[in-house]
Amino acid sequence: MVGRALLTLDVPPYRLSGTVYGALLNHRTALAALGASVDEPPYRGAPRAPVLYIKPRNTLAGDGECVTVPSGTAELEIGASLGLVIGEPACRVAESRALECLAGYLIVNDVSVPHGSHYRPAIRCRARDGFCPLGPRVAGRGEITDPDALTIRVSVDGELRQVATTADLMRPVARLLADVTDFMTLVPGDVLAVGAAAPAPRVRAGQQVSIEIDGLGRLTNRFAEPRA
Amino acid sequence: MMRARVAYAGAIHAAAPHALSDGQSGLRLTDGRTLHEEDVVWLPPFEAGTILALGLNYADHARELNLAAQEEPLVFLKGPGTLLGHRGFTRRPDGVKFMHYECELAVVIGRSARQVSRGDALHHVAGYCIANDYAIRDYLENWYRPNLRAKNRDGATVLGPWLVDTADVPDPGNLGLRTFVNGKLTQQGNTRDLITDVPQLIEYLSDFMTLTAGDVILTGTPEGVVNVDAGDEVVCEIDGLGRLQNTVVADAAFGR
Repeated sequence: MVGRALLTLDVPPYRLSGTVYGALLNHRTALAALGASVDEPPYRGAPRAPVLYIKPRNTLAGDGECVTVPSGTAELEIGASLGLVIGEPACRVAESRALECLAGYLIVNDVSVPHGSHYRPAIRCRARDGFCPLGPRVAGRGEITDPDALTIRVSVDGELRQVATTADLMRPVARLLADVTDFMTLVPGDVLAVGAAAPAPRVRAGQQVSIEIDGLGRLTNRFAEPRA
Repeated sequence: MMRARVAYAGAIHAAAPHALSDGQSGLRLTDGRTLHEEDVVWLPPFEAGTILALGLNYADHARELNLAAQEEPLVFLKGPGTLLGHRGFTRRPDGVKFMHYECELAVVIGRSARQVSRGDALHHVAGYCIANDYAIRDYLENWYRPNLRAKNRDGATVLGPWLVDTADVPDPGNLGLRTFVNGKLTQQGNTRDLITDVPQLIEYLSDFMTLTAGDVILTGTPEGVVNVDAGDEVVCEIDGLGRLQNTVVADAAFGR
């Protein structure tokens, strides 16, 4: 369960709502990794609207908390993403003004059990307890000059395993906010993860993952076997 | 016991069913005021946490959509912005071809559940209500089904009118469901035909995620979904839980 400290921020709205949405296949590398299969059954073409997921409240975890690798699962995937923290109710925001609805930014780790199909994967792959570490802090909107030019670095046990940039998003931050809020209102404290790069780093129990994003600090979590 | 949450005269109140002196069914606020149901604004009857929903959990509905048997329950998640109370208005975007209601039994968790067996599952339930979980088929895509644009739209998950205690619902596995569009019966089913029933769902979900009080599981819909248009009045009924009314409106009502 998410620590109380994580729910509070230094900037309005001062706390997270607990609702975390995220975009999948929104990083060029993620869609490219699927190759020609995008046009084949069952997908039959690239996504038209943003592909979104929800991390329910049982998944939220803070910096330093331990993530459990389920028994029978050798490895988990790390979805290192920039997270947008909503500051003003956002409904049908125009792309040109979309950043004005943000309170700030934080690091999101969308942890998942590897799954081959993107058609209708079971939520047990993504919605397990502790599978969404966030933090360590929310940087106010004014601290980040350009959210579409941030470098994301993932290290496992101190070894650099992935370097990506938000410059490679299919829908850059403002465009994503405009398209999502066309059908779904975001409210203060909601988080929207903009999407991770591929291939996702994989980790085993006993390893430690650190995600760094320019200006947002470092989110570190250890992965462990279930407690007996 | 049946409880509603309503807004009336500047505050949010708990309310219970009450027969009015004019013979109509109304409600009684905890402060004693008695009102007609159209005098208040109905909110979802509890503060929802995680919203879980089932796809294709009635064999007849799965057949209706030509789907093969499933390996495990098809569960998806919804966000709080999609919730709406009794007598609310749900937007139908102009130009879509197929928007339909889904009458469902909603199970509200009352006590944390982690790795609970089906035999113990109902002890973790606070009560039940009716859900109308709208979908817009035009927006359905083949990535992470059902995608949020089709199933997680603002105001497209109607809950209520009452949260009915488990004590008043002795068998959630034998409840008749009905939907009426403009008074005409269009959908009919019974929870005895659920592919994965309520205790099994709690066992399945609590195996990988902790369920907490206020979390709600929408258990899926039987066959009989038909298109609805702006102006249609949709009423979902479940035995013992009441009737949940909603009106479909066009873009113009939302300034679009």
